[in-house]
Amino acid sequence: MSRLAATFAELAQKNRKALIPFVTAGDPNPQFTVPLMHAMVGAGVDIIELGVPFSDPMADGPVIQRASERALAHHQSLRTTLTIASEFRKTNGHTPIVIMGYLNPVEVMGYEKFADAVQAAGIDGVLTVDLPPEEAQECTALLKSRGVDPIFLLAPNSSAERIATMDTIGAGYLYYVSLKGVTGAGHLNAADVETKLAEIRENTKLPIAVGFGVKDAQTAKTIANLGDGVVVGSALISQIEANLHSPAQAKEAIIDLLTAMRQAMDN
Amino acid sequence: MTEKYNMPDARGHFGVYGGIFVAETLMPAIEELNTAYQHYMQDPDFIAELDKDLQYYVGRPSPLYHAERWSQKLGGAQIYLKREDLNHTGSHKINNTVGQALLAKRMGKTRIIAETGAGQHGVATATVAARLGLECVIYMGAVDVARQSLNVYRMKLLGATVVAVESGSKTLKDALNEALRDWVTNIDDTFYIIGTVAGPHPYPAMVRDFQAILGREARAQCLAQAGKLPDALVACVGGGSNAMGLFYPFIDDASVKLIGVEAAGDGVETGRHSAPLCAGRPGVLHGNRTYLMSDDDGEIIETHSISAGLDYPGVGPEHAWLKDSGRAQYVNITDDEALGGFYALTRMEGIIPALETSHATAYILKLAPTMKKDEIIIVNLSGRGDKDMQTMAKREGIEL
Repeated sequence: MSRLAATFAELAQKNRKALIPFVTAGDPNPQFTVPLMHAMVGAGVDIIELGVPFSDPMADGPVIQRASERALAHHQSLRTTLTIASEFRKTNGHTPIVIMGYLNPVEVMGYEKFADAVQAAGIDGVLTVDLPPEEAQECTALLKSRGVDPIFLLAPNSSAERIATMDTIGAGYLYYVSLKGVTGAGHLNAADVETKLAEIRENTKLPIAVGFGVKDAQTAKTIANLGDGVVVGSALISQIEANLHSPAQAKEAIIDLLTAMRQAMDN
Repeated sequence: MTEKYNMPDARGHFGVYGGIFVAETLMPAIEELNTAYQHYMQDPDFIAELDKDLQYYVGRPSPLYHAERWSQKLGGAQIYLKREDLNHTGSHKINNTVGQALLAKRMGKTRIIAETGAGQHGVATATVAARLGLECVIYMGAVDVARQSLNVYRMKLLGATVVAVESGSKTLKDALNEALRDWVTNIDDTFYIIGTVAGPHPYPAMVRDFQAILGREARAQCLAQAGKLPDALVACVGGGSNAMGLFYPFIDDASVKLIGVEAAGDGVETGRHSAPLCAGRPGVLHGNRTYLMSDDDGEIIETHSISAGLDYPGVGPEHAWLKDSGRAQYVNITDDEALGGFYALTRMEGIIPALETSHATAYILKLAPTMKKDEIIIVNLSGRGDKDMQTMAKREGIEL
C-alpha cells in the first residue's frame, strides 16, 4: 500500500479528514521550506503538497504566481524541489509528499529520469496540472512502476466518463477543483461541492481532496464534512506575502491558520 | 509524395508534437470547441457565410503582386508578394478572427477574449467582435502595450477592453497565460480566439484551416500569372499562422521549398532572440508540445525581438513537425537585418511592411540573389507597417 493510500485508510478508520497544505517550494527563500514542512506536520497536517516553481503557471491565480516568481528569483526549480523533499524525508518517514507543477520541467528532465528522481526523493504523488489523462499514459506508467501515485484533477464540469477515466489512471487520491477558475479565486459554494462529490463518488472509490477557495477554518470544516481531504494553498501563501520582511512571522501565521483549521475540522 | 498529407490525428498530434495539454478545468470547453469546429467546417451554410465575409468584409482575394523592380535589383528570382497587408485591419490575422467569431456565434457564446502581441490579432478580434456585437476583452503584455500604443487605441475605439498584463515578462506569452486564466473562469459564455497556430487542439489545425485561404489563393494566382508553381515560399514565423496559411496548400507539392523565418533578435548566439525552431528544444507550453525556448530546468526563457508579434518562446506544433520531417526549413533574421528588409521593400516597391513581415523580406535579400531569374519566390506580406511608425521614428530619433 502506498503511503498516500495508508494515510487515507488510517484517517478513515479514525473518522478524520486529511488536512493538505500547499506551499511553493523555495518561497520566499530556499531555506524556508523544509523547517516549515516539519512545523506543519506538528500542526496536524496529513499530507504536504509542494508546488514546483514554474515561469508560466497558467492555472494559478496571482498569489501562487507571485510565489513562483519569488522562488524563481532564488533559482528554485524542479531539481531543488526534489532536494527539499528528500531533505524533509531524512527525518520524517511517514508524512506523504505530493509535488504539483507543470509539465515542461518534467519534459526537459525526461520522463524516466523524472520518475527515478521522484522515487529517490521519497515523494509519494505527482500532480501535473497540464497533463490530462489522454496524454499521461507514458508518464503515469513510469511513476506507478516506482510506487509513486499519479494524481489527477477533477473540475465542476468534468463528465462522469472523465471521472471514470481518472479513477482508472489515477491513484492515491483525486483532487477536486471546487471552482471554475484559477487558484485563490472566489469562495466555494458548499452545496455545489456536495452535489458534484456525490456524482464523483458514483464513479470512483479513490479518496477525494477538495481545493480552490478554502480560505479559513470555517470553510475547511464545511469541506471536511463533504470530502476526504481539504487542500489549502493561496490562503497560506498570502501569509508569506504579508510577512516578506519576516519569514519567521510568516511561518507562525501559517501554523496558526493550519492549527485553527485542524481544530475546526476535528470538532 | 505518394500519400497525401493529412495531419494532425484525431487528438491533434503532428507526430510527437501538438496534442491537448491543459488543466482539467479547460477540457470540457476544448471538447465543445472541437466538436463545433469539426461540425461547422463540413457545414455548407457555415462555409458560405465565411466565404461571403472573407470576400466582402475582409476584401479577399488579396492580390499576388510581382515585385518586378525589387526582383530586378536583386538580380535573381522573381519575387511575388502575397498582399495580406491589404486586408481589412492590415494583416492576415483577420482571416482567422472572422472564422472563429462566426464559430463563436454559432456556438451561442456572447463574450470574446484574445491575447495579442503586436496588437494585430487584438485589433482583428476587436473588429469582428464589434461587428457581431459581442463583448470583447484583449490581453496584452504591459511591455507590448507601451510599444504598440496605436493598436491599443484602435482596440479601445472598437469597444474592446484592453488588459495590460503585468506578470512574467509582460509580453505575448504572459498575455496568453492571462487569457487562459480568464477562459477557465468564464468558460460557459466565453470563446477564446487564439491568434496563431498554437495552443491545445483544435486551435493549431483550426487556425491553419482559416488561414489556408491565403495559400490556396496564392497557389492558383501563381499558376494563372506565372504559369507554374513557385520554387520557394518565404514567411516570417512567430507562432506561425501566416506561414502555415501559406505553406499548407503546398505541402504535397514536393518541388516547392517552404522557408520559415524566425526572429533572431540580437542574434541567436547571444541568447536574446525568439527563434525556438532554430535554437530551442521540444517541450510543452500553452496546451501543446512543440519547440520552445526553455532552460535546463524547463523554465521558459524570456524572448527578444524588435517585433512584438514574433516575441514568443514557442511556435505552432505543425512547424515543429515540418522541421523534424525536413519538409520545411527554418532560418533566422536579426533585428538589424529586419530593418534592412523593412527599408528595402519600402523604397523599392512603395510598400511599408510590418516589422514582423520585414523578417521575411530581409531573408529575401539573402535568398533571391542565389536563385535563377526564371525561378519564383512567393513572400507572404503578412502585415502593413502603419502600427510600427512610432517604433521606427524613435529609432531614427524623430518625435512624432
